[in-house]
Amino acid sequence: MTELRTTALHDRHEALGASFTDFGGWLMPVRYSSDLAEHHAVRSGAGLFDISHMAEFLVTGSGAAAFLDYALAGAITPMRVGKAKYSLVLAESGGIVDDVIVYRLAGDRFLVIANAGNRDAVATAFAQRIGGFETELEDRTDDTSLIAVQGPAAREIVEATSGIADVAPTFADLGYYACSTGTFDGEPLFIARTGYTGEDGFELLVSNGAAAALWDALLAAGEPLGLVPAGLAARDTLRLEAGMPLYGHELSLDIVPAQAGLGRVVAADKDDFVGKAGLGAVVASDAPLLVGLSGEGRRAGRAGYAVFDGADSEAPVGEITSGALSPTLGHPIAMAFVSPAVSAPGTELFIDVRGTRIPATVTELPFYRRNK
Amino acid sequence: MTDLTALKYTAEHEWVALDGDVATVGITSYAADKLGDVVFVELPAVGSSVTAATVVGEIESTKSVGELYAPLTGEVVEVNDAVVDDPSLVNADPFGAGWLVKITVDPAAVADLLDRDAYVSLTGGAE
Repeated sequence: MTELRTTALHDRHEALGASFTDFGGWLMPVRYSSDLAEHHAVRSGAGLFDISHMAEFLVTGSGAAAFLDYALAGAITPMRVGKAKYSLVLAESGGIVDDVIVYRLAGDRFLVIANAGNRDAVATAFAQRIGGFETELEDRTDDTSLIAVQGPAAREIVEATSGIADVAPTFADLGYYACSTGTFDGEPLFIARTGYTGEDGFELLVSNGAAAALWDALLAAGEPLGLVPAGLAARDTLRLEAGMPLYGHELSLDIVPAQAGLGRVVAADKDDFVGKAGLGAVVASDAPLLVGLSGEGRRAGRAGYAVFDGADSEAPVGEITSGALSPTLGHPIAMAFVSPAVSAPGTELFIDVRGTRIPATVTELPFYRRNK
Repeated sequence: MTDLTALKYTAEHEWVALDGDVATVGITSYAADKLGDVVFVELPAVGSSVTAATVVGEIESTKSVGELYAPLTGEVVEVNDAVVDDPSLVNADPFGAGWLVKITVDPAAVADLLDRDAYVSLTGGAE
């Protein structure tokens, strides 16, 4: 068995009494106190997440934008400096290798954040695609730490954190899906107004050596404002409420972007990019589509449970990819791939919950939208 | 505070407290911690017969589904309605207010369950 990796904040998690789980080869905090308390804190105050397991690639050089245009599904060249963009790494087949966020740090400098479990797949894909582009690729995962502050109090917290300075543009001026730089204790700090919870929030990238001090400073500034450390369990229910896909559940090599509702992410009019030919060949008219399912009561459908179009019908019309009792909404929610014929919002379906068929209604995503 | 050494345990992480021929059954704090926040419990009906080592209920957390096994064969004489109304009692007080069912049993069968030391070694000392 491969030994699980730990982040630079592992001591902090242990001291806070975290329970741990294997996530993408990393030993990560699943919860500190209670999944539900952490979830509610992010919706009402703020949560502090260690997301250092995620993979960071620095892409630099005069051909960096052109390379990313070729390697990713989205249009990267038109991105303005200081902006972030959600994108996809596609396989030749059009299936999804990973979903990533691209940050344009400068004209010829990009940061790409990928999922922990797909680090090698993305690194391999990028290395294969770099070809003749004037580009250098640097995997910074091992020497950087990433901390997310998410929730309505996030801005107030990062502004109040001692040691953070020289932030330009300021936290207040930074738009959603934009990025900025600053310093923490004199060291370089990368700041992005992005997240995975459906709330306002920031993701802060520092060297491993500065991570623990930044974590402590954020907690000290944030505790009076309702900040609590939050684990992967809360992160999962938060992102599910926000209708955000999770690789391995809603996204995979067997899924093309349009099926997952991500057709808008693909810049199909780009000259050429890996996956373009594959997407063109996909006859997806009867391929399952990702939908939201909303139920009543307290029993939730879970990943892998079958979905039916009637209380007694024999052949399933779909399968759940993620499901939980929504802590915020108080009723069960799920994402599922279902036949296009039953994918329209309002369609009444049934989830087989361990032998009992529970009614559920096809619902537009997201389930939860914050008040802006 | 419940005297945990006075309880018996199963490998499925139930605890049993025997009073006469009535066994009170719950899940251990180890199991509750592993599940995470319990949000739904389904318990067997009062009056139903249950068979040792068979599934008689479900305990759902935000993340997963746990099955409740009958630790012993017998008849359900009481279920904890407070836990059905407020499943968080399982996390807050697994050995007390978070008890799940009471079953009339053959008291002699209880002796075959795990004692505290055996259960603690089963969980690698985590419980």
